[in-house]
Amino acid sequence: MLALPRLLMLLFGYIFLYGPIAILVAMSFNASKLVTVWGGFSTRWYAALLDDNAMLQAAEVSLEAAALSASLATLLGLCAAVSLARFGSFRTRTLFFSALYAPLALPEVVLGLALLSAFVAFGLNRGFITLVIGHATFTMCYATVALLAALRGCDPAQEEAAMDLGATPLQAFVLVVLPAIAPALASAFLMAFALSLDDLVIASFTTGPGATTLPMRIYSQVRLGVTPQVNAISSLLLAFVGAMLILSALILRKRENRT
Amino acid sequence: MSRLSLGKRLVLAAPYLWISAFFIAPMALIFKISLSQPVEARPPYEPLFSLADGPSLWQEKLQRLGFETYRALLDDPLYIDSYLSSLTIAAISTLLTLVVAYPFALAIARSPRYLRPLLLGLAMAPFWTSFLIRVYAWIALLKDEGIINHVLMALHVIDAPLGLYATNTAVVIGIVYSYLPFMLLPLYSALEGQDPSLREAAADLGASPAQVFCRVTLPLSRRGVFAGCLLVFIPAVGEFVIPDLLGGSETLMIGRTLWNEFFSNRDWPMSSAVAVLLLALLIVPLLIAERLRLRAEGEA
Repeated sequence: MLALPRLLMLLFGYIFLYGPIAILVAMSFNASKLVTVWGGFSTRWYAALLDDNAMLQAAEVSLEAAALSASLATLLGLCAAVSLARFGSFRTRTLFFSALYAPLALPEVVLGLALLSAFVAFGLNRGFITLVIGHATFTMCYATVALLAALRGCDPAQEEAAMDLGATPLQAFVLVVLPAIAPALASAFLMAFALSLDDLVIASFTTGPGATTLPMRIYSQVRLGVTPQVNAISSLLLAFVGAMLILSALILRKRENRT
Repeated sequence: MSRLSLGKRLVLAAPYLWISAFFIAPMALIFKISLSQPVEARPPYEPLFSLADGPSLWQEKLQRLGFETYRALLDDPLYIDSYLSSLTIAAISTLLTLVVAYPFALAIARSPRYLRPLLLGLAMAPFWTSFLIRVYAWIALLKDEGIINHVLMALHVIDAPLGLYATNTAVVIGIVYSYLPFMLLPLYSALEGQDPSLREAAADLGASPAQVFCRVTLPLSRRGVFAGCLLVFIPAVGEFVIPDLLGGSETLMIGRTLWNEFFSNRDWPMSSAVAVLLLALLIVPLLIAERLRLRAEGEA
C-alpha cells in the first residue's frame, strides 16, 4: 500500500473511532447546555452529579455488584479452567465446555430472560442477590477463557516436579501454578468487574426494586434526551471501564511477552 | 475416561453446578415457558409440571402443552417483520463493517513492523470502554440539532438536517461503529501473516496493483473475512441497545421486540417463544463460529 493512501486510511479510521468519544467528553466540560455552542470550560456538570442522589446510589449498587460478581466469577472461572486444563477427559466434558462458552455468543436479551425465568422458578426475589448471580454467570465465562489460556501456557511438568519432591497436589497448585497464573487472575477479575459495571441488558432483567444499577440509571435518563449531566457521568463511566479493561489487557500482554 | 479423585470432583462441582443452575436450567426453562399458556398470576405463565401434581395431573397438563404461542407468533406480522428486519440490518451492517475495516486493517498490516502493535492497540482501545456510552455518544452526533448536521449546514453542504437520528441508518452506523474491532482483529491477523514475496512475485509477473489485490491479497485473507463477518453478524442480530437508543419507532429488531414483549406486555410465553426462535435463527452461524473457534484452539 502506498504511503499516502495508507496514512489517510489510518487518519480516517482513528477519527471515526475516537471522534464520538472525544466529542462526548468535550461536551461534558462545556459550560453551555447546547451541544453545538461552546460556552467555555466548566466542571459544573460534574459538581451537579454530587447532588444527584439517585445517580450516586446507582453507582454504589453497580460498584458493589461488580466487586462481588467479579470475585465469584474469577473463583468459579478458576475452578472451571483447572478442570478443563488439568483433569483430562471426564464424562460430559463437552457439555460442560460448551455450556461455558455458549453465554459468550448468545444475545444478552435471551440470557437475561432465561436467568429471570429461573429466578422466578427457584422462588428467588429479584434484587441485589439475583443481580450478582446474573453478572457472575456471564462474566465467569470470560474469566474461564482467560484463565484456560493461562493454564495451557504453563507447563504441567513444573507441578509434577513439585509433587515428585513431596508436595501434595493442593500444595503444588498453590505454590507453583497460582503464582504462575497470578497476572491472568488479576486480568480476569478486572475484565469481569468492567463487564459487570457496563452491563445494561442482563441487569435490567435480573435486578429488582431498590437495586438500580448505574447503566440502568443512565439509560433511563438518556431516553429523555442528551443532557450535560449525563455526559459527565458517561465520561466518568467511560474512563473507569476503559482504565480497567486496558489494565487487564496490559497485564496479560506483559505475561505473554515474558514467556 | 478416568474417574476423578474426590478433590478434583469438588473443584469441578462448583462451576458445574453453577452453570447448570444458572445457564443450562434457565435455557431449558424458557423453552418450557414458550409452550405454556399465559395466565394472570405470578409467575405469569401456567406451570407445566410440578412435583406435587402427581401423574394424572401431569398427563392432563401434557395435553395442554402446545405450540399455540408459536402459532400466534407466526401469524403476527410484527414478529416475522422483526426477524426479517433484524437479519437485513445485521447483514447490511456486517458488509459495511467489512468495507470500513478491510482498508483499515490493511493500512495497519502494511505499516512498519515496529508501529503495528501500537496502531492495532489504538484501534482496539475504544472497544475496551463502555459499550453503552459509545452508543449514546452517537445521539449527540446524529440528532437534527446535533454536530454532524450543524457542521454540514455551516459548510453549506446541506440546507436541511439529514434526519439521520431515529432511523435504521442510525442503527447501521451504530453497529458498524460498535463492532468494528470484532472485524478488525481477524482481518489484521489474516493480512499481517501474509508473505510479501507472494505479492512481489505477482507484480514481477506483470499483475497490476489491483490484480495483485484481487488475486493474491484478498483470497489469502478470506478466513479473516469469514471469521470477522460471523463475529459481527451474530451479536448484531440480537442487539438491543443500539436499535433502542439510535433507532426510531419503526426500527424493528428482534432483541428490542423481545424486550418490549417482556417489559411492556408482560407476556412471558411470547417473549420466551421469541427467544427460542431467535436462537434457532442463530444456531447455524453459531455452530460454524464454534467449529472455527475449536479448530483455532486445537480442542477438536
